[in-house]
Amino acid sequence: MHKFLIRSFVSSLVLLFTLTVAAVAKDVKAAFVYIGPTGDHGWTYQHDVGRKAVEAAGFKTTYVEGVPESADAERVLRQLANSGHDIIFTTSFGYMNPTNKVAKEFPNVKFEHATGYKREHPNVATYAARFYEGRTILGTIAGTMTKSNVIGYVASFPIPEVIRGINSFTLAAQKVNPNIKTKIVWAFTWYDPGKEAEAAKALIDQGADVIAQHTDSTAIVQMAEKAGVYAFGQASDMDKFAPKAVLTSVENNWGPYYVDRVKAVANGTWSQKDTWHGIGDGMVVISGLDSQMPSDLQSKVKKLQADLASGKVHSFTGPIYDQKGNLMVAEGKTADDGMLAGMMTYVKGVEGDIPK
Amino acid sequence: MIIDVNFVGLIIASIMASAVPLILASCGELITERSGVLNLGVEGMMIIGAISGFALMTVTGSLIIAVFGAMLAGVLISTIFAFLTQTLITNHVATGLALTIFGIGISAMIGKNFVGIPGKEFPVLFEGLKDTIPLLSPILFGHSIVFYFAFALPFITSYFLKKTKIGLIVRAVGDSPESASNQGINVRFVRYASILYGGAMCGLAGAYLSMIYTPQWIENMTGGRGWIALALVVFSTWNPIKILIGAMIFGGLTIIQFHMQAIGVRIPVQFLTALPYIVTIIVLVVISRDSRKIRLSTPSSLGKSFHKDN
Repeated sequence: MHKFLIRSFVSSLVLLFTLTVAAVAKDVKAAFVYIGPTGDHGWTYQHDVGRKAVEAAGFKTTYVEGVPESADAERVLRQLANSGHDIIFTTSFGYMNPTNKVAKEFPNVKFEHATGYKREHPNVATYAARFYEGRTILGTIAGTMTKSNVIGYVASFPIPEVIRGINSFTLAAQKVNPNIKTKIVWAFTWYDPGKEAEAAKALIDQGADVIAQHTDSTAIVQMAEKAGVYAFGQASDMDKFAPKAVLTSVENNWGPYYVDRVKAVANGTWSQKDTWHGIGDGMVVISGLDSQMPSDLQSKVKKLQADLASGKVHSFTGPIYDQKGNLMVAEGKTADDGMLAGMMTYVKGVEGDIPK
Repeated sequence: MIIDVNFVGLIIASIMASAVPLILASCGELITERSGVLNLGVEGMMIIGAISGFALMTVTGSLIIAVFGAMLAGVLISTIFAFLTQTLITNHVATGLALTIFGIGISAMIGKNFVGIPGKEFPVLFEGLKDTIPLLSPILFGHSIVFYFAFALPFITSYFLKKTKIGLIVRAVGDSPESASNQGINVRFVRYASILYGGAMCGLAGAYLSMIYTPQWIENMTGGRGWIALALVVFSTWNPIKILIGAMIFGGLTIIQFHMQAIGVRIPVQFLTALPYIVTIIVLVVISRDSRKIRLSTPSSLGKSFHKDN
């Protein structure tokens, strides 16, 4: 009887110990707050792919989708922080103030805010991707592949992120083909397939034979496929939606960063930082190049990709002028991150004005 | 830039293509409203049609099954509305709004497995005639069967309401269910049928979006077109031919706006987005100034529940 009691006592101790160890090592819970539905096959979808990578690495995750950038966000964040989550990723620009506010109330929970710049408390970190590097590659391809010298660009909202993309794209396209014109249509939506398709159709009807996009749905590449012009995938590899039209895609790859940060929490090594990763760190990924691209262009693109990754080439290397001809970046200089983060003027060669 | 006739033809063709879902949903809702039932669930029925069509196309591989399946899905979801408002005599407005919220939610749930799958190519008719006549060719040829059906539908609907006996019965039920009932018409049956027909057309409108216009499934992909279709019915003063005109105007606003942007003319986008609703309010104000006009065009018992006293 005694023996039995001792044995069961010991075994339960062992069991308890194992459970505790497991809990310490693995029981970090991560939460993700999304602006859109995970079914958008764009921005939120790619973040959710990243979340799944965290899950695959053995951590528990939760997500809340379709959270408005208002007082609702605060409520959701508070709830997540209260329910035992150790790290919370807020994946839209508008969550900036709610994230900082709630972070103050929960100093033991780590907060990671995407695309923002405010880190008011030691438990808030920010992260973003240098998508403009991908657009330098797209501009190079578009400038080479266009025959009509008119390139269409469907844009979403006039914010620095989008303006930076248009500028980076246009600068690269002009470099390989000084005669090109970039026509921009603002759709004022991140995803509305119908509207995006209509915007693309308008550009195609007006002579554009390459279409770039800074909205999230696959409607634009499908429209390009129907009309027999070229296009580029956005956020994820869109090749299967338009095998003939899509020359390549710029993919958002959040997974490695998310796994890194959650592991850092588990190991106790997490610290506040501001991350802005590009092609070099694998946060921006260029999908496979289409075989319709001539082989010299393909090798040029691959070299450019390597140079952007190593830092040998910068997307914004001077001399760069704005539309009025004022010097933005001097010869031999590159734009610093502060300038890039607040970029709200078109470079020379972009047509039209930025809508107010 | 050079304005050539083919370019104008292309723009008109784009506008017509964007008007198709509005025409289909509005013509369906018009019949429902003519029978005296206000169904605010158009957006919900459309999104159910969109996911059902896309899902069936992906699973079965048959476009015909998908199109009719989407219509059937619209019928099924509108049956819920019909049962609630006609059998349980619930409030039309509240039930319709609930239907929209329900539709958006359930379509997102079903749609989870269909995100990121490319749609199939939908066959177009008269492709070979595309370059034969300047200006008219892009307008007349190279569209899907649903496109041609949509542009015939307002005329069919108009004929149905004005010239057929069943059309007269639908109008009678919408204007005075009491008198119709006294004449021996089964009001509840007529209203059920009108609601289900409206559901079928909204389902087809949704399927057009997810299978033909932008062949893919994305949550919330109807993007408020159901509400514009509802506004369109009021705008048209319950006249199917005016739906055709209104749909071209409402659908054309975005496209004209995009073309102007590409040319370099700037118009405030927020204003254009609000324009369909502003125009509808103006039309409402104009028709409500003339009581005779209201009596003539509005179904008198619109949105009122009908209890048959036994």
